[in-house]
Amino acid sequence: MTEPIVNDLTIQAATVNGSGSQTANLVLTRAIFHMGIPVAPKNVFPSNIEGLPTWYQLRITPEGHMARSDKVDILVAFNVATWREDLKTVRPGGAVIHEEAFSTAEARTDVTYYAVPFAKLAKSKIQNDTLRKQLANMIYVGVVAGLLGIPWEAVEHGVRRQFLTKPKAVPVNLDAIKVGYDYWQDNFSKQDPYRLEPMQGAVEGKVLVEGNQAAALGALMGGVTVVAWYPITPSSSLCEYLVAYADRFRVDTATGEKLISVVQAEDELAAVGMAIGAGWAGARAMTSTSGPGISLMAEFSGLAYYAEVPVVIFDIQRIGPSTGLPTRTSQADLGFVYTLSHGDTKHVVLLPGTVEECYELARDAFDYADRFQTPVFVLSDLDLGMNLWMTPEFKYPDKPLDRGKVLSKDDLERLAGEWARYRDVDGDGVTYRTLPGTDHPAAGYFTRGSGHDEMARYTEGADAYARNMDRLSRKLETARHVLPAPLADEAGAPIALIAFGSTHAAVVEARETLAASGKPVDYLRIRALPLSDDVAEFVRRHDHVYVVEQNRDGQLFDLIRLALPAELVGRLRSIRHYNGQPIPAVAITEPLMQLEAVPA
Amino acid sequence: MSTALNRAGLARDAYKGAATTLCAGCGHNSITNHMVKALYELGVEPHLLAKMSGIGCSSKTPAYFVETAHGFNGVHGRMPSLTTGAHLANRQLIMLGVSGDGDTASIGLGQFLHMIRRNVDCTYIIEDNGTYGLTKGQFSATADLGSVQKKGAVNTFQPIDPCAVALALGCSFVARSFSGDGKQVVPLIKAAIAHRGTAILDIISPCVTFNDHDGSTKSYSWVKDHEESIADVSFIPFFEEVHVDYEPGTVRDVQLHDGSHIVLKKLGEDHDPTDRQAAIKVIEEGRAEGHLVTGLLYVDTKMDDFATTEHIPQRPLKDLSQDELRLSRDQFSQFMSEFA
Ligand SMILES: Cc1ncc(C[n+]2csc(CCOP(=O)(O)OP(=O)(O)O)c2C)c(N)n1
Ligand code: SF4
Ligand SMILES: [Mg+2]
Repeated sequence: MTEPIVNDLTIQAATVNGSGSQTANLVLTRAIFHMGIPVAPKNVFPSNIEGLPTWYQLRITPEGHMARSDKVDILVAFNVATWREDLKTVRPGGAVIHEEAFSTAEARTDVTYYAVPFAKLAKSKIQNDTLRKQLANMIYVGVVAGLLGIPWEAVEHGVRRQFLTKPKAVPVNLDAIKVGYDYWQDNFSKQDPYRLEPMQGAVEGKVLVEGNQAAALGALMGGVTVVAWYPITPSSSLCEYLVAYADRFRVDTATGEKLISVVQAEDELAAVGMAIGAGWAGARAMTSTSGPGISLMAEFSGLAYYAEVPVVIFDIQRIGPSTGLPTRTSQADLGFVYTLSHGDTKHVVLLPGTVEECYELARDAFDYADRFQTPVFVLSDLDLGMNLWMTPEFKYPDKPLDRGKVLSKDDLERLAGEWARYRDVDGDGVTYRTLPGTDHPAAGYFTRGSGHDEMARYTEGADAYARNMDRLSRKLETARHVLPAPLADEAGAPIALIAFGSTHAAVVEARETLAASGKPVDYLRIRALPLSDDVAEFVRRHDHVYVVEQNRDGQLFDLIRLALPAELVGRLRSIRHYNGQPIPAVAITEPLMQLEAVPA
Repeated sequence: MSTALNRAGLARDAYKGAATTLCAGCGHNSITNHMVKALYELGVEPHLLAKMSGIGCSSKTPAYFVETAHGFNGVHGRMPSLTTGAHLANRQLIMLGVSGDGDTASIGLGQFLHMIRRNVDCTYIIEDNGTYGLTKGQFSATADLGSVQKKGAVNTFQPIDPCAVALALGCSFVARSFSGDGKQVVPLIKAAIAHRGTAILDIISPCVTFNDHDGSTKSYSWVKDHEESIADVSFIPFFEEVHVDYEPGTVRDVQLHDGSHIVLKKLGEDHDPTDRQAAIKVIEEGRAEGHLVTGLLYVDTKMDDFATTEHIPQRPLKDLSQDELRLSRDQFSQFMSEFA
C-alpha cells in the first residue's frame, strides 16, 4: 500500500435524480465539516424531477480549495446507466464503491473496488417501506464513513444538522447509515490510501451557506419589503429562502401581520413590473430570476432606467435557453444584463464572488438602487447560488439603510414647493424624488420614460432629451466611483489574472498552483459594472493580464478592452470556460502556461 | 364651473390636469372630464391618488386630470403589475389605473387576468374604442366580429369582452358604460373607487379619428343607438345621507365596505348585481340581440382584497423602520450559528 493521503481527496457520488441522494450527500458533507476539515460540495443535477443521472462532488482539501476538481479519488457508483463513464473519471489509484450488481468485468484494474450489495442491504435491513428508497442512499454514507474513518460522532452530528427542523427523522437515518458502516467493518479491509483525520484551525468561525441563502438574508437585512418572482432554476431558492426567513423574522408578533409581501407573479414581466411599481412608491423592492426571465424583463428595465425607479434584480445565471442545459452554471449574461433593454441603457451591476458577498452585495444593492434611483442588477450563478460554500460568518451591517434623495413633506415646505424631479441640483446627476402619498401640493409628478424635462413635464424636445441623457451618464459616472471597488491582490508579478463572480474560487487555487511552480500571478477581482478606473491602472502595472470567465466569447474581456486606453489593450488575454461545469483551476493554469510559452 | 370646495377643501379646478393632446372629440377626453367630476365630488385627496397607466392614447389621459397627484405611465399592457407593486408598497394610496382595449385585451391580457385573480384593490378603467388609436387604427381584440375598419377591412375574429372575461374569473366589481353617458360613468367611477378590490370599468370610448364610421360598432352613433342600460346608477358616498324616496321594489341598494351606497333604479327587467350568472347572461343576451348592455353588472362586496389575503399591515410597507426591517444583532448571530 502507498503513502496515506489525508484530508485531500474528492468524492464523487453518481446517483439517480429524485432518489433522495442529495440528503445523503449533505449528511456526509456536514459530518466531514464537523471534523474540522474544509469541504467544497458541488451538485451537478439535470433538468428533471426523477430518473436522470446526477452527480455530487465533495472536494476535501486541507487548504480549503473551493473550486471544482477535475479529478475523482473516490467514486460512489449508484447509477448503472452512467457506471461505465463514471469509472473513467477516477484517477489511477483511486477507490470505487459500487453496487455489487454492477459488472466489473473488463473494468479498470488501476483502481480499488469495494462492491456493496446496496439494493439487497436496503431490502433486508431497512424496515421502513415508505422511506426505503430514500434511506438506501444513507447506506452509502455509512460505507464512506467506514472507508475514510469518519468518527461515528461526526456522522451523528451530520444527521442532526441536516434534519435540524425534523428531529424525528434522525434515528431512522442513523440506522440506515449504520447498516453501511457495519457492512464496511464486517466485509472490507482498507486497500486504498485515502483517510480523513480531524483538523484544527481550518474551519473555525466558518459556516456552510448557499449563495441564494446568503442573498436572501442580505435582501432581508437590506430592508426589502416587496418581492415579486416567478419560479426558475437556479433562482427559485433565493425567493423560497426569503419566504422562509420572512415567516420567521418579518411577522409582527402582536398582530400576525407580515412586514413584507412576497408575490409569486404570473411571469417575469409582471414580477419586475410589481417590483418597479413598489420601488416607485417607495418600498425596497426586488425580483429574482435567471436568463430567460431577464429576457422578459428587458423592456421594463429600460423604463425603470429612464423613469429612475429604484429596484433590485437578481440574475442567478445558468446556461442559455430553457431547452438546453438549464441546470448548469454559466457567466454568460454579463453583457446582456449590463445594457439590458432597448435604446441607450446602462445599468449598475454587482458581481458577488463569494457567498459572503452574495449577502453583502444583496444587502447593499438596495442602498445603491435608492441612492442612484435606478435598477441594480446582482449577478450570481448556479454554482455560487445553489451549492454550499464554506464561508466566514457574515457581519452585521455597520451602516444604516441609505434611502437616497427623497423629499418629505417637511422638505417641500422648507423649499416652499420649489422642486423639480429631474433637476440636477447637486451636480452628481442624481436628482430628488418624492413618493406618492406625500402630503404637499408640489409633491406630485407624472412619471414616464425618456420624454420629460427637468420638471417632469412631457416633452419631445431635442435639447431636453439630450440634456437628460447627459445627466443620466453623469449619474452612472457618480455611481461608478461609489460601487464596490475591484479587489487587488498584488505582489509585483509581471502577469496577472482578472476575474469576477464564482470564477474566484478557481483563480485562488490556480494562483497557488502557479506560485508553487515558480510563476506567481497577481489578481484583480471585479465586483461591479460600470468598471472602475482601477482596472486600467492594474493592467498598466502588468505585462500580460488574463481575463478569466465562464462564457464562450469573453464578455468581461470585451468590456475591459473597451474601457482601456489603446496602448494597454494588447496586454489583455482571454481565458474562457463554458461547458456548464463550474470552472476548475486547471482550466486556468493550463491555458495560461500555454499562452505564456508563446511569445506575445 | 363650480368653485365650491369639496370635503378635501378643494375646488373642482384642483382636479384638472395638463391640457389634453388627444384629438378633439375623442371619447377618452370625455372620460377625463368624468374623472375630474367624480374625483372632485368624492373629495379624493390628490396626494393619496396614484394614477397608473400602460401605453396608448387612453393611457396618456392620467396626465390630463389631477395634475398634483403622482402618476406613472408605464409600458404597454403592464399597468396591472405596476399598480400591484405600488399598492403593496403603500396600501393607503387610491390606485386608479387607466388602460386601453389594446393595452388590456391584447398585450396586457395576462396581467389583466391575474390582477383580477388577486383582487388587488384598484380601479381599472378600460377606455375601449375597438382599435389601436395611437398606432393609427388597427383592429383591437375588442372589435366585434364583422365590424369594419375605416379603410374597409372586415374583422373576422370573435371579440374578447373584458367584462365577460372578468365575470368568468369572478372579478369583484364589473361594470360597463359609454363615454357619452356621463350620468352613468360618473357614479360608476365613484363606486369603483369606493369598492375594495379590483373594479373593472369598461367604458366604450369612440375614437373619432380611426373608428367612428359606418360599420364600426364602437362609433358614437352605433353606441347611442344600441346602448341598453340595465339600471339607473347613483352613488351615495359614505359621508352623505341616504334618502330613499323610490317606490318599494324599484331600487336595489348595494352597500360597500366603506359605508357608501350604490343605488340602482330598475329600468327594464330586474337585474340582481350580486348574481354573477345573471350578469353573464345579461351580457350574452345583449350580444345576441345586438345591444350594448351598460351599467353595474356585478359586485361582490365580501371578497377579501389582495392586501388582506397577504396579511400586510395598513400602514405602508415603505414606511417600516430599519429596526422593523433588520434582524436584531442577537437574531442575526443566532441565525448565523445555525449555518455551522
Ligand atoms: C411593446 C410595445 N409594442 C407595441 C407598442 C406600440 N403601441 C403603442 S400604443 C399601441 C396600441 C394602443 O391601443 P389601445 O390600448 O387600445 O389604446 P388607444 O390608443 O386605442 O387608446 C401600440 C400597439 C408599444 N408601445 N409597446
Ligand atoms: S387617435 Fe383616436 S383614440 Fe387616439 S386621440 Fe385620436 S380619437 Fe382618441
Ligand atoms: Mg384602443
